[in-house]
Amino acid sequence: MDNSEKTEVVLLACGSFNPITNMHLRLFELAKDYLNGTGKYRVIKGIISPVGDAYKKKGLISAHHRVIMAELATKNSEWVEVDTWESLQKEWVETAKVLRHHQEKLEAGSCDHQQDAPMQARPGQKRKWAEQRQDISPKKLLEPKPKDVPKIKLLCGADLLESFAVPNLWKSEDITQIVGDYGLICITRAGNDAQKFIYESDTLWKHRNNIHLVNEWVTNDISSTKIRRALRRGQSVRYLVPDLVREYIEKHDLYSYESEEKNAGVILAPLQRKPADTHSNCTA
Amino acid sequence: MKSRIPVVLLACGSFNPITNMHLRLFEVARDHLHQTGMYQVIGGIISPVNDHYRKQGLVAAHHRVAMARLALQTSDWVRVDPWESEQLQWTETVKVLRHHHSELLRSLPRREGPDHSRARTAPTAVPELKLLCGADVLKTFQTPNLWKDAHIQEIVEKFGVVCVSRTGHNPKEYISGSPILHRYRHNIHLAREPVQNELSSTYVRQALSQGHSVKYLLPDAVITYIRDHNLYTRDSSWKGSSTQRSEGKTGWEESASPQNSS
Repeated sequence: MDNSEKTEVVLLACGSFNPITNMHLRLFELAKDYLNGTGKYRVIKGIISPVGDAYKKKGLISAHHRVIMAELATKNSEWVEVDTWESLQKEWVETAKVLRHHQEKLEAGSCDHQQDAPMQARPGQKRKWAEQRQDISPKKLLEPKPKDVPKIKLLCGADLLESFAVPNLWKSEDITQIVGDYGLICITRAGNDAQKFIYESDTLWKHRNNIHLVNEWVTNDISSTKIRRALRRGQSVRYLVPDLVREYIEKHDLYSYESEEKNAGVILAPLQRKPADTHSNCTA
Repeated sequence: MKSRIPVVLLACGSFNPITNMHLRLFEVARDHLHQTGMYQVIGGIISPVNDHYRKQGLVAAHHRVAMARLALQTSDWVRVDPWESEQLQWTETVKVLRHHHSELLRSLPRREGPDHSRARTAPTAVPELKLLCGADVLKTFQTPNLWKDAHIQEIVEKFGVVCVSRTGHNPKEYISGSPILHRYRHNIHLAREPVQNELSSTYVRQALSQGHSVKYLLPDAVITYIRDHNLYTRDSSWKGSSTQRSEGKTGWEESASPQNSS
């Protein structure tokens, strides 16, 4: 399948990135290799979207620092970048909304790309408008012409997938939207557990073709939690996080016993939202 | 005030190629020894094995040394030493240890006169050279004929070992299962890597030969070097050393453009 028939994909990773680690960065590489390897997709960009402070997770340091560290970490990446939109919002934003924001941004961008567009149509309108434009000016487009506007997909680890089952953490319609409208790339070393999890959920099962499980053969346990713990204990985190990130952490003395106590006793933002329309599991 | 014993860590191995996991060994070992309160780690040495070791897939020593050097560019305490790789034949680990230990002693500042008082900066103890390795290497002590018993004894008795844990390995078992290791267990330091990491050079070579990304598994500078020199591509992965040798080894074929993704 030549490039013109492949679906262009943008991978979006949401999370605390507290701090970003080599494991986070590996997720992007593994996902890109996998999707490109199917022959059906072409990954064109990766976006890291650190969560806002209003998420109120214990130990979550200021978004300002987390964004800078992510930017330092992706300085040498040709295709992964950091987006600050989510972190700048005053209130916590649901992941489905972040996905929607970025998909709309892509569609607006694609529109402008084809011709100088003075207006920005809504997604539904945009598609029709774009088709019309194609008839009028075929040559000006990118060559080869991509199948459609690039698609946003959520990149995550198995922990996020399985968090769908945590009571009141996710709205069921958000889950449906995430796997139905966008799609999930889930990097996991416990492929069987993830498959079983999908099997046991009607919603996930229905959209299983949109959930890509990528096996992580090399167990990579560089979690941010362990990094913070090592830093508190004066242990080296060299080669677990990019050097620039490590230097930044040291320079600003970011992680300590005190910083780990931030938000202690505070309820996580998603759990504060009214559980009126959430269900305790993600069956449709 | 009790002063610490200065220690230099020596890691032997193929380093084919060097990865972040190898680099981590040094960090974990240093933290561990410092935590005991007894040691002060003053240096680290990576000693890539000689080509004559003849391990399958081993690329030329000059490449492996160059990659290690690139990887250590930003390190202020670990360096690569090509002595072992430059010998005419494969050298047993104990001999590498002996060599570097005598080099270490030779490089110490000489003391002058009996009334020379202890200088504040001079170490009060002779530096020790310890073998740094993963638990998988400790296990190989059991492999018949791989190590000479006398060598194992010398390694643990005269030098000492710092062994970093690895998934699927139980170093305590290896120690209790060997009379020599057991006798000198006080000189075998078991360091725990808190971050489970199954990264291996084998995995990296496989990924590279399949054109997959290895970014963040090893330093960028090493990845660039591998790409520039066409190492570990599909065509080259099962050949031996890249230099021509007369013993029937196949030469190094220039492979087609590697399909590495960045």
